[in-house]
Order: sequence, then C-alpha cells, then structure tokens
Amino acid sequence: MIGVLALQGGFIEHIHALNQLGADNFEIRKKEDLTNKDITGLILPGGESTVMGKLLHETGLWQPLKYLIDNGTPVFGTCAGLILLAKKMENDANVYFDAIDISVQRNAFGRQLGSFNTNEHFADIGLVPMTFIRAPYINRAAPNVDILAHTQGHIVAAKHRNILVTAFHPELTEDLRVHEYFLKNFN
Amino acid sequence: MNERYELNKNLAQMLKGGVIMDVTTPEQAVIAESAGACAVMALERIPADIRAAGGVSRMSDPKMIRGIQAAVSIPVMAKVRIGHFAEAQILQSIEIDYVDESEVLSPADDKFHIDKTKFDVPFVCGAKDLGEALRRIAEGASMIRTKGEPGTGDIVQAVRHMRMINQQIKNLQNCREDELFNAAKELQVPYELAKYVHDHGKLPVVNFAAGGVATPADAALMMQLGAEGVFVGSGIFKSGNPAKRAQAIVKAVTNFNDPKIIAELSEDLGEAMVGINEQEIELLMAERGK
Repeated sequence: MIGVLALQGGFIEHIHALNQLGADNFEIRKKEDLTNKDITGLILPGGESTVMGKLLHETGLWQPLKYLIDNGTPVFGTCAGLILLAKKMENDANVYFDAIDISVQRNAFGRQLGSFNTNEHFADIGLVPMTFIRAPYINRAAPNVDILAHTQGHIVAAKHRNILVTAFHPELTEDLRVHEYFLKNFN
Repeated sequence: MNERYELNKNLAQMLKGGVIMDVTTPEQAVIAESAGACAVMALERIPADIRAAGGVSRMSDPKMIRGIQAAVSIPVMAKVRIGHFAEAQILQSIEIDYVDESEVLSPADDKFHIDKTKFDVPFVCGAKDLGEALRRIAEGASMIRTKGEPGTGDIVQAVRHMRMINQQIKNLQNCREDELFNAAKELQVPYELAKYVHDHGKLPVVNFAAGGVATPADAALMMQLGAEGVFVGSGIFKSGNPAKRAQAIVKAVTNFNDPKIIAELSEDLGEAMVGINEQEIELLMAERGK
C-alpha cells in the first residue's frame, strides 16, 4: 500500500490519482498509522513545507519515515514534498529528510502571481502538463541524480534510486502518467 | 473559466488541512509561521480590536503588509472592504498571495461586490449559506470561508453557516435535474454553479471555517463538520499564550478526528480569549454583503 502523508496540503488529490490507477493507499497523520501496514511506497504532497516539516517532528513521524526512505521504500515528493526530500535549500536553513542530493530554491518563481501552467518534456513519458504553484526549482543536482524535466532553463523533476521529485503538481492535472511512472518504475 | 482562475483555486487546494492566522506585525507573522500557520492574514488590527474601536475600518497600510511579506516565506493574505476594487488593485500591485474581500472591514459598497474575474490575484470571500457562496464564486472568488462572527471567540455562527451550506448542498444533490433551474433561481445563483454542486456534492472551490475559532476543539469541530481548513483571527493573539495556542490549533486541524490527541492539545493552553456571546454584540458583521 502507498502511504500518503496527510499532515497538511493537497494530499486528497494524490489519493484520487492513486485510486484512479487502482493503487491501494492510506493516509499518514500520526505514527500509529504506519503500524501493521505493508508499505510499498510513500507520497509527500504539496502544501507548505514549513507546516509539514514542523508536524513531521511533533507527531514523531519523521524518524519512522526517514528510516523507510533511507532503506529503499519508493517515495514521490511534489512541490513541498520535493523540499522535504532535498539535501539543501538555497534560501532556507531547514533540512528535513536529506534524502536526495539536490539544492532547492523555495518559491523560486515568486509569489502567487508567478504561478503558471506549462507543457514540458518529461523523460520516458513525453510532453506532460505541469502546474507550478508558488513552486520551487532545483538549483543544483549531484552527478548521481537523474534529471527528468526542465522549464525556463531550470530543473523541475529528478530521481535518484528510490526517490522521485517534481517541483510541479501532477496531482492537480487529469494526466496520471507521472503517478503511473512512479508506480511502475519505483516498485 | 480561465487558466489564472484554475491556478488560484489550486493555491487554495495547497492550503487545505492548514491554519491561516491573523497577524498585525512582522513579529507576530514569524510566531505564526513557526507555530505552523500555512498562511498569514496581514491586518492592522485584529477583529476583536476592530470591534472594540468602532469607526470605519479599511485596508491595511501597504508598507505594513510588505513588512510581513518580507518576514515570512508562507503565503500572505490581506483584506479589502467589500466592493472596494481600488483597494484590491493596490493589493494586487504589491503581489499579495490572496485578497480577502471581507465583512470584517467596513463595506465600501452596499450593493456590489468586486468583479473578481477582472483580477489575476486570487480572492477568498465569506458566505453564510450556499447562495452567498455560489454568488461570490460567480464573481470570481477562488476560495470560500464561513462568515462566523469575527472577533467574538464564539463559534456558534461559523457552525450555523457550515451546517447551512452542507444542508443546502444535500438539497441540491437530491433535486431532479428538471428542478435545478428553479433551485438556482431560489438560491439566486447561476444555473451552471447549481448544476456543479448537484453533480459533485461540493463547492467548486475550497471551503474554510472562519470566525470565532478560539480553541483546538473549535478547530476540530469545524473540520468534522466539513471545513477543509481554518482561519483563526483574534483567537490566537488575544489569548494568554499565542505561540502555544497557535501550535495546538495547527495540530488539531491535522488530527481533527482523534479526540485523544485533541485532549492533550487542549491542556495548559492558558487563558482563551474572553469572547463575546452573539446576543451581546451590537454589530453583526456577517450581515454585511450578501
């Protein structure tokens, strides 16, 4: 089953995408939600990374999730989820799971008036509709990180081992191919 | 609707499950952000003080709003008077993340709301029933909140509005398709929006609770009644220990269905805001703008 972090933000949208793809899933709001589950993957949704980061620690979820991620459980982070998985941020001292060697710029396209939709090439999938909401981008990725998509000259999707990150929100579009890509290639 | 409107609805989706806190200074904004607010509402006076001071209350000084934008990384919202499109133009020009066309301020127009479709910046509006909610959405609001009585610490009105909207949504769902035309007429809303609610059983935008939330239990109550997140105004910075209460309300919104957790969160919070019962207030702000 895929566990969807449900502390704050757009988690329902991910659950809808997983349901449409027939992938069993459950919400993670507290430590007890992880017990007695066969966890085959994790999704860290969009929302505010500061809120989720704080609640991860206060609910005691950080440690068990960090263990799962570091031990190879497939994990997919979108927008704030990407920030939670990154090693470093350019404009914010917080570090959360430190799981993929990328450096991230928060709110990199500006405030809400800078939010936008576009279509860009996504490795192995083709042209994908991408929705960026006060989104981050990846400034720098380590050589062992695979870059999957760009927009406006910036990296907006990447993967490394069990980790997939996108700065955009595939869960906000009708296109299910990025979720499908995660389910197929990371399990 | 256009692409910008979709992006604005999308931002509200990312705020779900979160708490939006009223703040009056950059220092309060930082406290709110570190307590786990998913956005802040920048305003010169919190509703309880607006109520106490009386007089005309207006959009805040843009310089003060900029100070708050500089202090935090989360979205910053600010209020304009109902119908005051020039104030909204000002907020758009300083790149506010969300405009609240709010009954908490003195209305600038007693008949017309702002034509929000003319703006790129998103708007949230209050509603005490489904008709108001759908009229605001028709005017271009990309997020709705209940119109609970601000600055009172009394949850009764927010509860009434949320239950009313839920009940009216169920009524629309139960309509036969040929009854929808008349239902739209009675609600005074466009047919297309009535049809959307009939088909989907929900509003086409995110719906938060606002007005009178003072405790973790209040937040849990509103979430269980179907709110997708919570605005907290006077409840935090009018209480004894703002940082602790703010954190407790944030956690209560995440685990609103777990009474054990809410019980722990409700311990030792210090003084809640004193509050005023609805029978004791002279000015019902929810009656502004219908």
